[in-house]
Amino acid sequence: MGFTFSYLNGCLAMLLAWGGIGLAGLVRPRSVEFAGRTLFPLGALCGAALAALAVASLAVPAEQTVLPLGLPGLPFHLRRDALSSAFLALLGATSVGVSLFAAGYFRRGEGTAPGLLCLEYHVFLASMGFVMLADDAYAFMVGWECMALSSYFLVTTQHRIPEIRSAGFLYLLVAHVGAISILLGFGVLQGGSWQFTFDAMRSARLDPAWASAAFGLALFGFGAKAGLVPLHVWLPEAHPAAPSPVSALMSGVMLKTAVYGMLRVCFDLVGAPQWWWGLIVLGLGLGSAFYGVIFAAVQTDMKRLLAWSSIENLGVIFAGLGLAIVFRGSNLAPLAALALMATLYHCLNHALMKSILFLGTGAVLHATGERNLGRLGGLIHRMPWIAWLTLVGVLAIAGLPPLNGFVSEWLLLQSFLFAGRVPESFVNMLLPLGAAVVALCTALAGYVMVKFFGVIFLGQPREPTLAQAPDGGILERLGLLWLALGCLALGVLPVQVIAMLEPVTRELLHLPALSWGSRWWLLAPPAAGQASYGPLALFALTLLVVFIALLALRVSIRQRTRRGPAWDCGFARLDPRMQDTAEGFGQPIRHIFEPFFAMHRELPSPFDAAPRYRVAVGDRLWTLLYEPLAGIVRAAADRAARLQQGRIATYLLYSFVTLIVLLALVL
Amino acid sequence: MNPLPLDLQLLNACASLLLLLSFSMLAQRRVVNLVNLLALQGALLCFATVLVALRTGQAHLYLSAALTLALKVIGLPLLLHRLIRRLGVYWDAEPVINPSGTMLIGLLIVVFSFGLAQPLAALASTATRSTLGIAIAVILLAFLAMITRRKAMSQVVAFLSMENGLFFGAMSATYGMPMVVELGVALDVLVAMLVLGVFFFQIREQFDSLDLHHLESLKEVE
Repeated sequence: MGFTFSYLNGCLAMLLAWGGIGLAGLVRPRSVEFAGRTLFPLGALCGAALAALAVASLAVPAEQTVLPLGLPGLPFHLRRDALSSAFLALLGATSVGVSLFAAGYFRRGEGTAPGLLCLEYHVFLASMGFVMLADDAYAFMVGWECMALSSYFLVTTQHRIPEIRSAGFLYLLVAHVGAISILLGFGVLQGGSWQFTFDAMRSARLDPAWASAAFGLALFGFGAKAGLVPLHVWLPEAHPAAPSPVSALMSGVMLKTAVYGMLRVCFDLVGAPQWWWGLIVLGLGLGSAFYGVIFAAVQTDMKRLLAWSSIENLGVIFAGLGLAIVFRGSNLAPLAALALMATLYHCLNHALMKSILFLGTGAVLHATGERNLGRLGGLIHRMPWIAWLTLVGVLAIAGLPPLNGFVSEWLLLQSFLFAGRVPESFVNMLLPLGAAVVALCTALAGYVMVKFFGVIFLGQPREPTLAQAPDGGILERLGLLWLALGCLALGVLPVQVIAMLEPVTRELLHLPALSWGSRWWLLAPPAAGQASYGPLALFALTLLVVFIALLALRVSIRQRTRRGPAWDCGFARLDPRMQDTAEGFGQPIRHIFEPFFAMHRELPSPFDAAPRYRVAVGDRLWTLLYEPLAGIVRAAADRAARLQQGRIATYLLYSFVTLIVLLALVL
Repeated sequence: MNPLPLDLQLLNACASLLLLLSFSMLAQRRVVNLVNLLALQGALLCFATVLVALRTGQAHLYLSAALTLALKVIGLPLLLHRLIRRLGVYWDAEPVINPSGTMLIGLLIVVFSFGLAQPLAALASTATRSTLGIAIAVILLAFLAMITRRKAMSQVVAFLSMENGLFFGAMSATYGMPMVVELGVALDVLVAMLVLGVFFFQIREQFDSLDLHHLESLKEVE
């Protein structure tokens, strides 16, 4: 096979390089230096190359190839189109930061050997890329399962801890139930042609009932991967269990493969989605966003908090996706393009900002050995680099301009405002309520992030040991810096980014090019005529205001500057226990949304000499949904176990009777 | 009406003797005798193969006859006798179903097999097709013997007897399996024997007995 350059081959070469780097880790499996200082930076380089290739290929027409691999008569088909390129760019760009950080992160003696971790990590990256390039159900499922398995092993890196093993099992279980559903979905999509290439699925004409069945199966399968409520239970368990760079990749990129899958199925394979599908996706998305953010607000474990926040963000993404389907199904393609762009943009944003936050918690975890917010605090003085870079992620995810989170949420709200054009009367009355939910979630997300940053980095250290916390190393800083710059770039240059992403919406919606801004610095959505956003101007204005304020402060209070302990407010002897705690900060939310939480309070008696107050917040869905489900499965298994007599004669009798019955049937 | 040619008559006699042997294996309780019966069955099978080979002139059937002689008449019975002596299992325990009941079920199975073989024999073009019913009966009877036995050793003998039945069935229907398959099966049987030999010692070490009901305690669910 002659090698000709195409972007597809280039991307594939990068995925192979990742695989090769992973295997190289096995050469010296016990050496942290070799894996960390050589292999992970090389992996980051591959990621950068992949991102560059993917960005360059966004506007290039689709390319296809057939790999000489796979089962006989069932080779792997690959295809790179604008949608694949967009997600490959997301994968590549995020992996640069995460790999750089990981290079400095992994330490000796933490569970799995570093060489093996390197293999699992790079296989994980490569399989995610493979999922995005797959062009038949077989290749897709192989990539999908590789992704699930490699991430399972990464989650259970510290497999000697029983909680981590059970978190890993829960993750694997949900991943497999989801995968079965996706597989069945592909089975429906092939529409009787028994060809499992995506081309065959595109050309299969399904009748609406079957198309809806395929959509339902895909929604269940991809929803399980994305952590949509009520399939979210694995996320708050698996993310805290995994090492931080892995949590970053899982939350930042792996959850997006589910979005990719949904987009691929709903807009590409099915042909034309029906508008009411969008309502389901929208409802689930909004529900997840709300559920995720209120639970994030009451968490006391920093990584668990971020996991719940991921559920919220994926909910927002799915809300955008649902809206896009509603518009597409109602033949309002330009509006669908707007909602779709908001979805894609938020995917990119969330990948970058959630990676920053998870990596930041990783650095804090390594420096202090603490995940509990109640034992952190005041770290901005000890870890200034980590703190300031994390602040960028915090501001971005809280949706503050001029950072990137604002752009996508603004786009999403804009597209909600056009919902009145949907021809169904009830829908166009109800959809604006969705906008209200999104706004509520965004506000609560801001609240959550204030809690996250404030309790970890601001105030006074709650434990004396925190005074020795070292700042992150150079590689860790570089990784975070890359991601933070990404957040800034996506926030300040939305017009350029959208121009690059536009081929995706054009391809998925079969639209001509739309205009997204009259000038290069002003973002104005198509068919808008209502609102526009000039991030650079806003950025400049913000800087100006801050500068003037600083100047004014300098001038007015130059003589009387005096440094005291944080949040002292002039009182003497403020001790760290007087600060607001994570529990205290979340209390109003716990109070307002009480019906959603399963709370266990332990109140001290008034005569207690050493009173302790404890509150544990649980997920009601565990007791309402999962425990009954587990009970049913167990009962069924017990019933089936009666077949297992333990006597060989009985087992032989089973085969004998089966044989006789089959023979009698043939007769 | 023409009498059948001599070789076919002999073949039919072989077949009926095989069936008879199967029944005696079903009833036999001494393990040593069981192995002897197995060897006899192998010898009959070898003889039948030679007869078919003479009739059809297919060279590979001689080879498989030689294989049968080496493996089933000499090799495996010797191995089994040695195992019996070293393990000291001469008698099987009381079977799961009493012998007369087993015989009655065996009769039903023979009727069933003959009924099953009729349409199949009509499809086959070989001169030996009339023995197909017997071959199926031998297989199913051996299966029944496996179910009713308690000791691991007699179950293995029954398993080998089932393999004999398969071999005979293949010969009646299509003059034997392809050589590759036959060699493969022979190798399988040999390996299975060796593995089971090791397994016997393990079972005895764990439970101080070869009685299989001790294995019941291994199941997961109570």
